[in-house]
Amino acid sequence: MSKTTGSERRLTIAEALREAIAEEMRRDDSVFLIGEDIGVEGGFGGAFGVYLGLPEEFGHGRIIDTPISEKVIAGAATGAALMGLRPIADMQYSDFLFECMDELVNQAAKMRYMSGGRLSVPLVMRAPVGTTNRGAQHGQCPESYFVHVPGLKVVCVSDAYHAKGLLKSAVRDPNPVLIFEHKLLYGSKGRAMAGGIELTCHVPEEEYLFPIGKAVVKRPGEQVTVVATHISLYRALAAAEELAAEGISCEVIDPLTLNPLDTETLWTSVRKTGRLVIVHEDTLTGGWGAEVAARAADECLFNLEAPIKRIATADVPLPFAPVLEQEVVPTTGRIAQTIRQLCQ
Amino acid sequence: MAKMDFDGLSTEHLRALYRKLVLLRRFEDRVYQLFLQGELAGTLHQYQGQEAVAVGACDCLNTDDWITSTHRPHGHALAKGVSTRAAMAELYGKETGCCRGKGGSMHFGDPEVGMLPAIAIVGGGNTVVTGLGLAFKLRKTKQVAVCFFGDGATNEGAFHEGMNFAAVQKLPIVFVCENNLYGASTSYHQVSPVVDVAERAAAYRVPAQIADGMDVLAVRRATASAVEAARSGQGPTLIECKTYRFTGHSRSDARGYRTKAEEAEWLARDPIPGLGKKLVEAGRLSAADLEAVDAEVSAELDEAVEFSRQSPDPAPAQAYEDVLA
Repeated sequence: MSKTTGSERRLTIAEALREAIAEEMRRDDSVFLIGEDIGVEGGFGGAFGVYLGLPEEFGHGRIIDTPISEKVIAGAATGAALMGLRPIADMQYSDFLFECMDELVNQAAKMRYMSGGRLSVPLVMRAPVGTTNRGAQHGQCPESYFVHVPGLKVVCVSDAYHAKGLLKSAVRDPNPVLIFEHKLLYGSKGRAMAGGIELTCHVPEEEYLFPIGKAVVKRPGEQVTVVATHISLYRALAAAEELAAEGISCEVIDPLTLNPLDTETLWTSVRKTGRLVIVHEDTLTGGWGAEVAARAADECLFNLEAPIKRIATADVPLPFAPVLEQEVVPTTGRIAQTIRQLCQ
Repeated sequence: MAKMDFDGLSTEHLRALYRKLVLLRRFEDRVYQLFLQGELAGTLHQYQGQEAVAVGACDCLNTDDWITSTHRPHGHALAKGVSTRAAMAELYGKETGCCRGKGGSMHFGDPEVGMLPAIAIVGGGNTVVTGLGLAFKLRKTKQVAVCFFGDGATNEGAFHEGMNFAAVQKLPIVFVCENNLYGASTSYHQVSPVVDVAERAAAYRVPAQIADGMDVLAVRRATASAVEAARSGQGPTLIECKTYRFTGHSRSDARGYRTKAEEAEWLARDPIPGLGKKLVEAGRLSAADLEAVDAEVSAELDEAVEFSRQSPDPAPAQAYEDVLA
């Protein structure tokens, strides 16, 4: 899908992630991959094709296919990281992370602290999120569970440029980093299912890193700050475009890292606009939006001209029927309507 | 009399094994007193009775071999080489503790001697250890990892996932199960269809051995061959050590679920006087030598307690350090 026009080199997120992994594996022989269905000959290169072509270059010694054994994937990654290797672990669907909560929450996140700072756990765990008409157990966005855990870093990527730069930073980070990627944004499902979003973006030929803990302003604006991740980011951008025609100016921010949060970028924007809307496909109650809202109230209350609003998936298990799924997830329409009311 | 040659070990080596057993026992006895005196916070899961397992297994390891441990880690730590001072100071929550006061009783560990902070979630070490083994295999280092766990862990998914993966990847791991017959108050046989934990290894085509966990030399023999197999690339072994904890599960356990007769039967197999008696009978050590060991250990513990009492508390601000690297 990659195509070069002039100085522009457009990649999908899947391609950008693959490049990041290959570059890091070439740079550092302690980097290895571990997960289900990632290197099987004749297989599909991981659930979303991210690993296609990598076994041919790096061999099966560094691309380790596991049984369907999530506790082992996370446990082996944790143990290998404790011994100084740099595992990139793959969770086929983020819903399966609940199978290895002990390894991630009790072991990976706490080993450094429990050792009095004498050990570190430089592991990366990649996990796809997002509703795609697969019902309750293959569409969740569980990033908020991990935002809650001291000792873990949590990253959400939404485009190829930042996906590549952040994955490379995560591999070099001495801490456990979870990277959540949205299934509809990989580029493998086509634009139709993603609602016509442009799924490629320019990725420079030359090497670069993008720092963990830094947000980006995707669209500057004056009246309302909209913080959104993954596909909700694109829906927020579409809503902002729609609202611009009505004279409402939105500043749309992609936080990229949920923990540690780039509060400097967020509060600078909120102090300017006086309004804050947070959008995520994770469910509402206890979602990361609640944390952003609470902190914003703490830091920016007297700059606010309206209540802070959260737009999230309703507090229900994800339904299958497309009409039901669309009912509960944040849509462009819901986002636009909420902002409209807020700016009245 | 093959057994009475003590597996060809030198008298010096045998004395060191005996001394370790005594150290582990007296450490726990002393800690229990200190706890009752109100000097130590939290709770304790004590190791009295199981010393032969930690000492026998760790005697087969090099300093750069690693172990994972459990909520009952004091014995494993001392056997692997965590200093008595650093262990005691950790129980006091002091800056000089092996985890700088951030681990406590259930998380003893020391990277310098090849021990991860002990994992106090039952079965937790059984998956993490596969990463240790994988690192050694990928790096071709010839190191070995030993995973200690109890009979209770064998009904956790982690036990099965870890064993399966270690087997298919031929990882250099020795799984050492300390079957002390009870998971907290629940009898292993009440909740497990197998008679021996070792039976479960067959499901993963992992070789298994059953060792007398009250006999340090028996544990040592079993571990030595398993470590040798692991180092030479033959993959993991499961060793089931039949043992018994002389105390309750934790500090508050009155042991009403065990019979006095059962306890007496196991107490009669106490690994420490058992070995001491054999060494004296064989003329390898004298009764005076054994007393000297007791005195040495006692002085070592006095010193460790004094060191711990004198050590500084961690600065409160240290609570915020070491969350991230």
